[in-house]
Amino acid sequence: MSQRIKFYQTGTLTAGNRLLDPETRAVQSSVDRSNALTSGHRACQGCGEALGARWVLDAAMRATGGQLVVVNATGCLEVFTTPYPESSWQVPWLHSLFANAASVATGVAAAMRSKGSAVRVVAQGGDGGTMDIGFGALSGMFERNDDVLYVCYDNEAYMNTGVQRSSATPPLARTATTPALGPEPGNEFGHGKNAPLIAMAHGIPYVATASVADLHDLEDKVEAAMKVHGARYLHVHVPCPLGWGSASDDTIKVARLAVQCGLFPLFEAEHGEVVRRTPIRQRQPVEAYLRLQRRFDHLFAGGRVDVERIARLQAIADRNIERFRLLTGD
Amino acid sequence: MLKQIEGSRGMAEAIALCRPEVICAYPITPQTHIVEALGELVKSGSLTPCEFINVESEFSALSVAIGASAAGARAYTATSSQGLLFMAEALYNASGLGLPIVMTLGNRAIGAPINIWNDHSDAMAMRDAGWIQLFARDNQEAADLHIQAFRLAEALSCPVMVCVDGFILTHAFERVDVPTQGEVDAFLPRYEPVQVIDPADPMTIGAMVGPDAFAEVRWLAHHKQLRALEIIPEIASEFEQRFGRRSGGLLRPYRTDGAETIVVAMGSVNGTIEVVVDAMRAGGVPIGALDLCTFRPFPAAAVRDALRGARRVIVVEKNLALGMGGVLASDVRMALRGEPADVQTVVHTVVAGLGGRAITQASLGRVFAEGHAGKLGELHMLDLDWGVVEREVARMSENRRSGPTASNVLRDVGPSMRRIG
Amino acid sequence: MDKPFAITLDLGSSRANHTGSWRSRRPEYVDRLPPCNHACPAGEDVQRWLYHAEEGDYRAAWQALVEDNPFPAVMGRACYHPCETSCNRAKIDEPVSIHAVERFLGDLAIREKWPLSAPLPPTGKRVLVIGSGPSGLSAAYHLARMGHAVTVREAMPLAGGMMRYGIPRYRLPRDVLDAEVARIFDLGVHFEPGVRVDDVATSVAEGGFAACFAAIGAHLANRVEIPARDAARIFDAVDLLQRVEQGEAPRLGRRVAIYGGGDTAFDAARTVKRLGAEEACIVYRRTQAAMPAHAFEVAEAAEEGVTMRWLRTIKRFDEDRIVVERMELDEAGRLKATGEVETIEADALVLALGQNVDLSVLEKVDGVRVVDRVIEVDDRMMTGHPGLFAGGDMVPSERSIAIAVGHGKAAARHLDAYVRGEKAKAPPPREVATFETLNPWYYTEADRTSQPAADPVRRRATFDEVNGGLTADDALFEARRCLSCGNCFECDNCYGVCPDNAVIKLGPGKRFRIDLDFCKGCGLCVAECPCGAIRMVPEDG
Repeated sequence: MSQRIKFYQTGTLTAGNRLLDPETRAVQSSVDRSNALTSGHRACQGCGEALGARWVLDAAMRATGGQLVVVNATGCLEVFTTPYPESSWQVPWLHSLFANAASVATGVAAAMRSKGSAVRVVAQGGDGGTMDIGFGALSGMFERNDDVLYVCYDNEAYMNTGVQRSSATPPLARTATTPALGPEPGNEFGHGKNAPLIAMAHGIPYVATASVADLHDLEDKVEAAMKVHGARYLHVHVPCPLGWGSASDDTIKVARLAVQCGLFPLFEAEHGEVVRRTPIRQRQPVEAYLRLQRRFDHLFAGGRVDVERIARLQAIADRNIERFRLLTGD
Repeated sequence: MLKQIEGSRGMAEAIALCRPEVICAYPITPQTHIVEALGELVKSGSLTPCEFINVESEFSALSVAIGASAAGARAYTATSSQGLLFMAEALYNASGLGLPIVMTLGNRAIGAPINIWNDHSDAMAMRDAGWIQLFARDNQEAADLHIQAFRLAEALSCPVMVCVDGFILTHAFERVDVPTQGEVDAFLPRYEPVQVIDPADPMTIGAMVGPDAFAEVRWLAHHKQLRALEIIPEIASEFEQRFGRRSGGLLRPYRTDGAETIVVAMGSVNGTIEVVVDAMRAGGVPIGALDLCTFRPFPAAAVRDALRGARRVIVVEKNLALGMGGVLASDVRMALRGEPADVQTVVHTVVAGLGGRAITQASLGRVFAEGHAGKLGELHMLDLDWGVVEREVARMSENRRSGPTASNVLRDVGPSMRRIG
Repeated sequence: MDKPFAITLDLGSSRANHTGSWRSRRPEYVDRLPPCNHACPAGEDVQRWLYHAEEGDYRAAWQALVEDNPFPAVMGRACYHPCETSCNRAKIDEPVSIHAVERFLGDLAIREKWPLSAPLPPTGKRVLVIGSGPSGLSAAYHLARMGHAVTVREAMPLAGGMMRYGIPRYRLPRDVLDAEVARIFDLGVHFEPGVRVDDVATSVAEGGFAACFAAIGAHLANRVEIPARDAARIFDAVDLLQRVEQGEAPRLGRRVAIYGGGDTAFDAARTVKRLGAEEACIVYRRTQAAMPAHAFEVAEAAEEGVTMRWLRTIKRFDEDRIVVERMELDEAGRLKATGEVETIEADALVLALGQNVDLSVLEKVDGVRVVDRVIEVDDRMMTGHPGLFAGGDMVPSERSIAIAVGHGKAAARHLDAYVRGEKAKAPPPREVATFETLNPWYYTEADRTSQPAADPVRRRATFDEVNGGLTADDALFEARRCLSCGNCFECDNCYGVCPDNAVIKLGPGKRFRIDLDFCKGCGLCVAECPCGAIRMVPEDG
């Protein structure tokens, strides 16, 4: 084509686009993608984690030319992919325990270094395995600056065991251990922690958040993460239709609303400082996000909208928008 | 090369000769001197290539070793006591995954009350974790067992725990013959993993196994342990041929010929026991000893053979399985169950050395004599201060809420501590 | 390497587990009817030709376009583009400027002298087309491509009908029209200008024609009785435009009033201006909002100095003025005379009050029925007389060039079937790709490109074309604003968002297939398809 291409119907918002240079298309658009997590796995319909994991690992496989091994914490992702006698993984994959994925990955990385191998290591787990039970190991891996990319697939509760609260569960969310009862229905305000910010506090080379709402953003971050050595952390928002009570075909929409309302900011940090943010494209109220999920049903019970509590959540979203400058992205 | 060195240093040098590729360390007394020495060897460049990882917990120490081993590296770590329990989950995992990790356990009591001194409570607590457990009698064997342990672990794809008595061995300066690199290299081939996480041959390691295959997996792990009973003597025998000294193996009978009473024990206490046996033999008492080097897998047949003919067995052990008695004695009794009724042997448990209490020749001589005379009960607590215990028992029976037993006992035994120390 | 039992597994072995059995509904690729296509009276597959244009393959785009319509350069100028009115992109920002891309393709084809693809082998059937307006030429084009021997008879000296004699040159330059008409004749169509057919039945019989398509248009102007001192100063708009086209310059005077609010009224007003009138004033009896003329016509006319008087009826035409009565709307919104009169200075009055069909040609043919002053046709475009088809302005329908072209195309299809003794198969009905079937998130922001327009002051004095064409860059950009409603454009989203890898990518141009062995029926592919080209259907049983 002679003239310079200046606009595509969808730009890079979709996975591919026949008019785009193959280099600019997502790894996920390519028939050559690794399908690191392949068909036949037993995740629920519309599982955000299954999707996120394939996106991340296929991108990491691309970035490393296939020189990659994966360490997986116990959790949904492990259970639905490897029930004997079938494995859904098409990458070298190791599962040890719930709390030790970061340490096992350190061990693998140490072995590779000791052997003079260029093979890279990705560790992955859910929010429980990452932010709660495995947090000590994770922090150790960070502070030693071990050459591991740790990926947390955050679905905001312990889904494998039946939707119990984790330190990633947002305020007001109903889980099996934070029922929508009493004066503080659902998870309480003021609980929980921000794993990416804590990761940043270790001063490690690279920390980023990503979401199944934004494929290209996610793949770019995986690629950026694999370009550097040392400890890296990627926190990926992955809606869980089962635990959140959202429709299986709403997984990406829900993730998108989380980003667009400001509750899940997308940013990148290097050596402890935020260096880039993905700007909000079409700002949405948190209510639009909440309404798609039955875990927030109690805010809309009996046709009445719990304006006061929703406003508290909106304030959190607004604070994120301000703090991370999400409207402008600069 | 003969050296007069601390036990920990001897072990560290032996371990270094095994060319470990990843070493993980988390400090806990009394194993610290081993990993400190290894750290020094790595940092100085004399042990290379090797990654020395300072982890944030024992749980991570073993987890790093798991990752390293799964990636095909020869991996080593060490721990003690609370540390062993903190990595308990990973112990089962390492054996379940069949990873030939070698770990030194500087044997130490488990709290509460917290206690840093030697006994075997830690090793006993993890006896069913699927690890091979070898006990060293002295610093030479402590060093040698590590060399054998890597060979054994890698032959079986099974982790091996080398148990050395905390302080008694780890901190004692003794003469140790440290082999040459060439000798060790000839004995210990390069690590050829059965499975490895590697892009060149990708596979899924650590699957979830349900009721349809779990029992088979466990049986296969058990089978591996039974295989060890055959391999351990072979390795010990080859070691003897190459290095010119006996170390390791399943067990070592000492003057059991014609012995009516045989004392069974593990670890460093065997030295003391053999001195006492010598003395009693000199006094005409038909007594012998059996030093059990391999505790897991439990060499039941070998034990039965070694004890055959004895009328009485006294098991001296450094642990008290609460609510049951002695762990080793139970295993010995089980081993003897196959004997015909007319040769039924009486097995006594003597619990000794808990929390580092000294085990003296005098006390052992006294209790062996009692045993030989048929005056020993089934469970005997060596040198227990019954006065203290009875006062506390009485207090407890008066008042259900009598305060923490440990501090009560400490108050009561205060003066006696000097005697023991 | 012997792997340990159970704990270590082979790669990708889960493909033995066919999770497709979980499914209660399945995704299905569809080609929904894009609203532009749906709205196009000429039956253009707009989305399809834009698809090629998006790639910069203008030749393929043009070829796809002329499958349905042989007049892209004409239509890109003269069509009122209902496609754009219905374009889903309007709900995101502004509609795709379809007409501008169409014109670009048409102009490029003329410049590059791209030929139409060769007709099918001759059928041996002769077909008569009466009238060479958009409908007649459209029918002739399609029939010729089908291999029929087509004769077109035209009463006027030149072909084009309303395209030539109704649409002023400043909207449709004649070289453009001539080029596209010539291309049709080049297919082998026999054109007989200046031949007025008075007796259809005889003409068909004598000519040995197997069938006939009549599209003689509506050239008779509606008249109202307006008392006038000098009837010669009253003109019909259609007649005026026709005379101007034939090179006449009617003497209108300095000030001209035009009566009517349709596009023809504005064409007349703007033409009058170009003929030298200082004032051209539109007089319309209803409100501005009720004017049937298209907004851009009104706006362009205003730019050129045409004035407008709404809510006025003309009572009489005096020497140099017309007397009008003011109208008003009552509370119910009905038009009501007020009895108040005023005058507008005028040297001439042009009536643009609609046109009628000259029924004399057809009404005498056996079986032909006239209803409401137009010729009745069935759903095959056939009149009550077997083998006589009709279309364009003379049949019951709204009137536009695009509609006429569509009639020609439809009639050709049915006429072809008729002469073969068959019945044309209707294409399967397609669900319309409404905005609700799209996922607009994925479309990037891109404002509509505007065409260059000549300076209003300059254009008052000339019949040169008012609106310019797009540059190639702009045309490409504009084509790429198309959302591809309801039709897969291979964005790979379904392939990317399936958590079960159950979408199989078949390669460029081959789209995708669902792997039903593994599809769990989550519906993410449907939800995240930007263009609504997948739908969920219940699993059978």
